[in-house]
Amino acid sequence: MREIHTDSIVSAVENLFIDANINLSQGVFDALSQAIEKEESPVGKEVIRELINNANIAKAERMPICQDTGLAVTFVEVGQDVHVVGGGLAEAIAEGVRRAYKNGYLRKSCCDPFSRKNTGDNTPPIIHTHIVPGDRIKIVALPKGGGSENYGEVRMLVPSQGKEGVKAFVLDMVTKGGPNPCPPIIVGVGIGGNFETSALLSKEALMVPIDQRNPDPATAAFELEMLDAINRTGIGPQGYGGTMTALDVHIKMLPCHIASLPAAVNIQCHAHRIKEVVI
Amino acid sequence: MEIKRIQTPLDDSAIEKLKAGEKVFLNGFIFTARDSAHKRFFEALDKGEELPFDMRNQIIYYCGPSPAPPGKVIGSCGPTTSGRMDAYAPRLIALGLKGMIGKGKRSQAVKDSLKQHKAVYFGATGGAGALLAKCIVSSEIVAYEDLGPEGVVKLGVKDLPLFVINDMYGNDLYEAGIGKYRR
Ligand code: SF4
Repeated sequence: MREIHTDSIVSAVENLFIDANINLSQGVFDALSQAIEKEESPVGKEVIRELINNANIAKAERMPICQDTGLAVTFVEVGQDVHVVGGGLAEAIAEGVRRAYKNGYLRKSCCDPFSRKNTGDNTPPIIHTHIVPGDRIKIVALPKGGGSENYGEVRMLVPSQGKEGVKAFVLDMVTKGGPNPCPPIIVGVGIGGNFETSALLSKEALMVPIDQRNPDPATAAFELEMLDAINRTGIGPQGYGGTMTALDVHIKMLPCHIASLPAAVNIQCHAHRIKEVVI
Repeated sequence: MEIKRIQTPLDDSAIEKLKAGEKVFLNGFIFTARDSAHKRFFEALDKGEELPFDMRNQIIYYCGPSPAPPGKVIGSCGPTTSGRMDAYAPRLIALGLKGMIGKGKRSQAVKDSLKQHKAVYFGATGGAGALLAKCIVSSEIVAYEDLGPEGVVKLGVKDLPLFVINDMYGNDLYEAGIGKYRR
């Protein structure tokens, strides 16, 4: 058993959310730089140029990339040989989030669903925990804005709809979103499992690095087929028209019930903020 | 890309020169307002009270910034989705509002008002909050301080980068752009 004190979890989470919101990861930065070359529309190119300037300014001035610093989504892998001491794991993550949003001057964007009263400290965070072998804790911070999250959906398709049904669903969501999720977007697609697993898979798909293909060749080909279809919609950067509507599409897939074909789409904006740490 | 410089307050002749798809650098002053502030504008109008600022020839920015770090004029301050303000916009445009800045499509009713009263809808690049913050030189709360980031703030802007999305001639950058690049 390895002991990990909650103090180290609190400070790791605080640092992760501040870092994620201010410093665009190199992978996304590189993808945007390449997108300028690929984009055919002059207006689209200009928008992407603004995004690259924005990332540079955010880093230099220590300002959030986007003012919507999101709900605090975390994926936590807890090694089964870890003993957390000093308090509860979930409370430690919440405290880290609380500190990050206060000390990092991040916007608090969490409220009651009906009264719309702000919780004041961006808690509660969204925590997905997995138990894994080993004696470490890995935490991924994925602050997620509202504009892109609003174009997510789970659909219980009929098995006979197959691949074409999934593709039509994805295109439907991308088209519905149009300019609102701030294209160029990244599209996470969860296929299979059951109702709730498909949704979770679609979010996990967003954590796959840009340009990294699914290890299964058929699924990898399907990712590229959908990416091509999305980039033919003409939506383009910011929805002003163009050929770079999406930077990438990632699929995560699991077996499902013989009577079902669950599918989920989760859209991420170009402000794809993701950072991880292993304790 | 060619960039036009424009200056607030905007009069009809300035609006007449703007075409969908153009990039502009905006200078002068703008006012932030989003959902809750618009609700209060309407409550005031319904009661026959004065609005916190005169709409004539002004621009509203749909924005709820992140908190200003010490030593900064404002935090990150990109646009929010404009569609939520569609229900309110036509009445404000009729009162003389000349421009709105946000992201996302507007309703037909808003586009009709732009034509009827000579006004424009500008897009600021969503998610470019740090870049936009750099163009803001002053910030002064003018109303509804209790709403926090949703209060009405008068911002002094220098070369704020915007795209004309809907002009007064009925052109729409979203429709034209998609039509051109759909394959
Ligand atoms: S969709 Fe993303 S980039 Fe756009 S405003 Fe929301 S968080 Fe920012």
